[in-house]
Amino acid sequence: MNLNALWEYANPLKFMRTTEKVLPWVATAALVCLVVGLVWGFFFTPDDYRQGSTVKIFYLHVPSAMMAINVWVMMLITSLVWIVRRHHVSALAARAAAPVGATMTLIALITGAMWGQPMWGTWWAWDPRLTSFLILFLFYLGYMALWAAIENDDTAADLTSVLCLVGSVFAILSRYAVNFWNQGLHQGASLSLDKEENVADIFWYPALVCIAGFVLLFITLVIIRTNTEIRARRMRALLAQERLG
Amino acid sequence: MIPELGKYAGAVLSSYGLSIGLILMLVAVSLRRSRRVKAELQEVEMRRKANG
Repeated sequence: MNLNALWEYANPLKFMRTTEKVLPWVATAALVCLVVGLVWGFFFTPDDYRQGSTVKIFYLHVPSAMMAINVWVMMLITSLVWIVRRHHVSALAARAAAPVGATMTLIALITGAMWGQPMWGTWWAWDPRLTSFLILFLFYLGYMALWAAIENDDTAADLTSVLCLVGSVFAILSRYAVNFWNQGLHQGASLSLDKEENVADIFWYPALVCIAGFVLLFITLVIIRTNTEIRARRMRALLAQERLG
Repeated sequence: MIPELGKYAGAVLSSYGLSIGLILMLVAVSLRRSRRVKAELQEVEMRRKANG
């Protein structure tokens, strides 16, 4: 595979033409996976012997928490591409992904609180994972605010890329906080590469479909939002030309 | 149709309601902005074409 061919997509027109072709397929797959995964998890799985019906929150909480971290990683990669190669599409893709990541983080925090209250007896605790997730959410808000506050697109892309690098520390902490600090209320990672079984198959299979749905939903939204950002950037450039004469 | 959720029904249903609501809102906002920017860009491009 020729990796250099990937740089062709740095051309905004080529990026838009290609992504608009795949968009209906990705969007349909996202909808199917989300509906199947959530209906399967909600209606057709048993209660957990310890957690009762709250185990159904798992199908929203785990995929959204996973996406909260991975969206930031995607933003980190595209920000690095901007810093190194100065491709506008990559900076705009990072900008487009941020509200999606912020929403996923908010869903993870809300569902975590809803799950935590009956299981731990509290909506919130200053537990390492919960706290690092809250800080990650604040980083998302700061990142979006910084984009909105700076008029010059290139300067905004530079500064938000630096912020993204700094915020990556918290994205990593959010993922590994339960391993770094063996304390707090939150359980260990549900998703891990070890061979130990963390979740029974009966809960795990619908969760995998939900995770696929969340990933596909993210791709769908990033395509739509990146194409919007590309058009908005072109419009700003044309309006600036008009103003100059 | 809704499974028996017992004493945790409030927590489970609120989680689903809020999460699905947030996702639908994000999709709606993204589509609305996409349509608006597309129309505005088209208008600017037409105006430039008309002005030569």
